[in-house]
Amino acid sequence: MKIRVVEDILSANDLLAEENAAVLADRSVLAVNVMASPGAGKTSLIVQTIDTIRDQIRIGVIEGDIASRVDADTIEALGIPVVQINTGGTCHLDANMVQGALNQLPLGDLDLLFIENVGNLICPTDFALGEALKVMVASVPEGDDKPYKYPGMFAAVDAIVINKIDLLPYVQFDLEGFRRLVVGLNTDVQVFEVSCKTGEGVEAWADWVAQKTERFTVSREQSS
Amino acid sequence: MHELPVTQGMLSIALEHAERAGSSRITAINLTIGEMSGIVDDSIQFYFDFVSKDTPAQGALLNFERVPARFHCKACDEDFSLDNGQWACPHCGEWSVEIIAGREFYVDSIEVE
Repeated sequence: MKIRVVEDILSANDLLAEENAAVLADRSVLAVNVMASPGAGKTSLIVQTIDTIRDQIRIGVIEGDIASRVDADTIEALGIPVVQINTGGTCHLDANMVQGALNQLPLGDLDLLFIENVGNLICPTDFALGEALKVMVASVPEGDDKPYKYPGMFAAVDAIVINKIDLLPYVQFDLEGFRRLVVGLNTDVQVFEVSCKTGEGVEAWADWVAQKTERFTVSREQSS
Repeated sequence: MHELPVTQGMLSIALEHAERAGSSRITAINLTIGEMSGIVDDSIQFYFDFVSKDTPAQGALLNFERVPARFHCKACDEDFSLDNGQWACPHCGEWSVEIIAGREFYVDSIEVE
């Protein structure tokens, strides 16, 4: 006998993600899921963003890594609330791990929460965490062909931050071609060009995040 | 690398539906998996043989229906696949798309006794 099911395999994760989203909305915290390949500059971008907008916005961070708390130590040194998740081999964060981390953060004292995912361009897109925004960091040395290889990631995000633009003179990277591919896959995506090393372009990106955070906070206050 | 949690998720969905139907043995699980989901059939079968041990799904056959990626061209409204390796609409040459298929990832049905 055949039984029709049609149930998403990750539905259990999606339910937990909805719970996380509700908790975050209740506390007026905008969560940003930051995804990228290993070494693209996720932590550097978060650090630069903290430096740029911490006077106006209260920021917290969840760090996801397979092992170690190197990234959490970097954030903690800035005096920012941070929770490290070690996935123990798993290639992505999931909603359950994030739920545990949310319980350890002073959400009432935060406006913006960066959730730094495990370095990976495939799996993190499949696992909702309860975030309001998805952001991808793509770095120049990785090459301009990545949209061909990981269309799912490029299509899923609200913003793409092209990092390490200070290296453009030294590596093969067609910025215009890259933008064309990306926008073709994702019409509404915001694209930023930054160098976390020199600080170039960081302000435009940080302003965008700050605006999104302020709008989120205001809309939550109005609806409550 | 997330085939293990995926396999566990799939198994618990299948077991729940079988129990609801009052059946004690699952003989097959039919999965619909998009090309862009990044899941490898062989790995799922491999993990499944472990996690289904001593459950009503032990020994069940996994059938994979693979769904190729399809795009909808926002410029000319035609749908197409990227068979030719060219990232442009074969009808109008533009590149402005919506992904309409290839991200499926669900248990379509189970077969029980």
